[in-house]
Amino acid sequence: MTGAQIVIQTLLDLGVDTLFGYPGGTVLYIYDELYKNKHRIHHYLTRHEQGAVHAADGYARVTGRVGVAIVTSGPGATNAVTGLATAHMDSIPLLCISGQVPVALIGNDAFQEADTVGITRSCTKHNFLVRDVNDLARVLREAHYIARTGRPGPVLVDIPKDVTVAEAEYVHSAAEPKIRSYRPTQIGHIGQIRRGARMLQQAKKPVLYVGGGAVLSNASDELFRLVEGLGFPVTNTLMGLGSFPAADERFIGMLGMHGTYEANMAVSHCDLLVAIGARFDDRVTGKISVFAPHATIIHIDVDPTSISKNVKVDLPIVGDVKQVLGQLNELVHAPEFQSARPDVSDWWEDINGWRKRECLRYTQGPDVIEPQYVLQCLHTVTKGEAIIATDVGQHQMWAAQFYGFQKPRRWLTSGGLGTMGYGLPAGMGAQVAMPDAQVVVITGEGSLQMNIQEFATCLQYHLPVKVVILNNGYLGMVRQWQEFFYQRRYAESDMDVTPDFVKLAEAYGALGLRCDKVADVTATLEKGLAYPGTVIMDFHVNREANVYPMVPAGAGLSEMILI
Amino acid sequence: MRHVISVLVENESGVLSRVVGLFSARGFNIETLTVAPVGDGETSRITLVTRGEEGIIEQILKQLNKLVPVIQVADLTEGPHVERELMLVKVATDRDTRAEVLRIADIFRSRVVDATTSSFMIEVTGDSSKLDACLALLTPLGVTEMVRTGLVALSRGEKGMVNKASHP
Repeated sequence: MTGAQIVIQTLLDLGVDTLFGYPGGTVLYIYDELYKNKHRIHHYLTRHEQGAVHAADGYARVTGRVGVAIVTSGPGATNAVTGLATAHMDSIPLLCISGQVPVALIGNDAFQEADTVGITRSCTKHNFLVRDVNDLARVLREAHYIARTGRPGPVLVDIPKDVTVAEAEYVHSAAEPKIRSYRPTQIGHIGQIRRGARMLQQAKKPVLYVGGGAVLSNASDELFRLVEGLGFPVTNTLMGLGSFPAADERFIGMLGMHGTYEANMAVSHCDLLVAIGARFDDRVTGKISVFAPHATIIHIDVDPTSISKNVKVDLPIVGDVKQVLGQLNELVHAPEFQSARPDVSDWWEDINGWRKRECLRYTQGPDVIEPQYVLQCLHTVTKGEAIIATDVGQHQMWAAQFYGFQKPRRWLTSGGLGTMGYGLPAGMGAQVAMPDAQVVVITGEGSLQMNIQEFATCLQYHLPVKVVILNNGYLGMVRQWQEFFYQRRYAESDMDVTPDFVKLAEAYGALGLRCDKVADVTATLEKGLAYPGTVIMDFHVNREANVYPMVPAGAGLSEMILI
Repeated sequence: MRHVISVLVENESGVLSRVVGLFSARGFNIETLTVAPVGDGETSRITLVTRGEEGIIEQILKQLNKLVPVIQVADLTEGPHVERELMLVKVATDRDTRAEVLRIADIFRSRVVDATTSSFMIEVTGDSSKLDACLALLTPLGVTEMVRTGLVALSRGEKGMVNKASHP
């Protein structure tokens, strides 16, 4: 087989039937094989390589499978970098195949050459340059394996053009690759887990702090069972939303910079904090020295480097969250634990007291649409069952606060890198994965314009993605920070010129709807969501609405700005 | 505190830049670094000296372990170990100083590896403090050029990383 045939065959053997990409000189042999195999493997042509990688990322987040993107050398690969960095920060399993100039030209500043392996080294979990066609199948299998095991992440395989022409024997292999230097820990240390169970039993004011790791390892059932066995309050990070049902009374909301008052106060006063697949990001902890100051901390994570990186942990448990929670559940649900189950009723009284503060309340007047209102209406119209992809900014935080995720893998957002331009291509990838699902992209007029070209991709493949713009004519979160911390000097955050999004949708051949009346919000959403194709709904909302509550950067979690 | 860290890696291109890139990207410091293939040539051993608080060293060890081509990582300063470094030092000499230079070389059990009428090149091995001491004595006599390898080190006793790595 040729290298290009090996690429396709290996992908098929790995169960890959969907690719997102953009052709170019160095990957043309691979594209030629894709053309010949289009009945077996579906390629989606995006309008930008960043869009291809975000789409593969969105595909991975909703399916739990490895998303695959393919880009050409040089500018193709450099355009992919933001997508890779986004997936890297959020631990998303991704395989990115990049073309490279022929082996003999590498290092000679050839046309469309970039040191892709060098450039992507720090924004991928691992990367490879394949110089010999005989290594190609093995490397692709290893890359796929590394991407999806341990702490997942993006892996890039750089393939010189001549390697795609050279021939080698292809041997089918279904076996998991064995890499002697890569053996992630899956099962938690039972001694540590026993110690953890004892700590749970002694807690008087416990909090479970659950992050994206619980989503990535599909641990929602185990988490729910653990909470059933303990009766403890649960808070989610931005990335963890959906891992525990938002409507459950034991859910106390998101924590951190825009978390709820009750979650942040609970963390500030707890005596035991159980971090589950969460990494103590600065947007969660606020000022480290006053983060959970009275708490003993248990940390469950598959990645040992996350443990005691930012916050000193008392009991580390390294392992896959699903596995470890399964192990923990056996102890927690045993009769000897349940007969001496910790009494946390006083703690719940404290928490319910903080809840009464109703920190997320807002007032919807008769004239100007409040952005939170749009999201609450969206929740009602979609019955909370849509897959939501967002960009980055105020709309992202309002979506996190107000949509109320009941299930995992329905919330696609760039938590770690904070990538504006993520939402539309990610939502598009999710729609490819789940053709019958309702996919809604919540965005701002600033973010949407960062990758708006992917609208064309949605139209080309008849992807009925619904875009909801919370349009306030500002880079809203920037404006909010300028209002709070820069004495209202709105330097370059006022976006006076934005396109007419209705006409823009129409220009692409989609439906565009504008809404600037409170009374029309629900009807607009109903109309847009019922439309069988791609839609932009442009909601003109209160220009000066702010995201509350807020912990200023560098402050402690208990120092919240409340409305 | 100073730590000597030994890293056994797959001997493939780009590994060193992964290790060095990790240090620069995370703001860790490398004082010395040595690397060469060991055993059958399939693995290389990197020895590096770094400084940091306990938490920083813990992060360094864990982050190194996380790199895919890293087979094993050890902090040799945790136990008894032997450290060696090699230095070549060139000293300009005249009639008055030649004997003194040779005497110093002798004291440090070093060897003269090159000589001209106006210079010596001396090879010194030992732990880093011995090299520092030797250099301190030679410098006033006229050191014109010198080079040091950086530290290599192995833990004492029969067990070591290579044995473990060859039986995965």
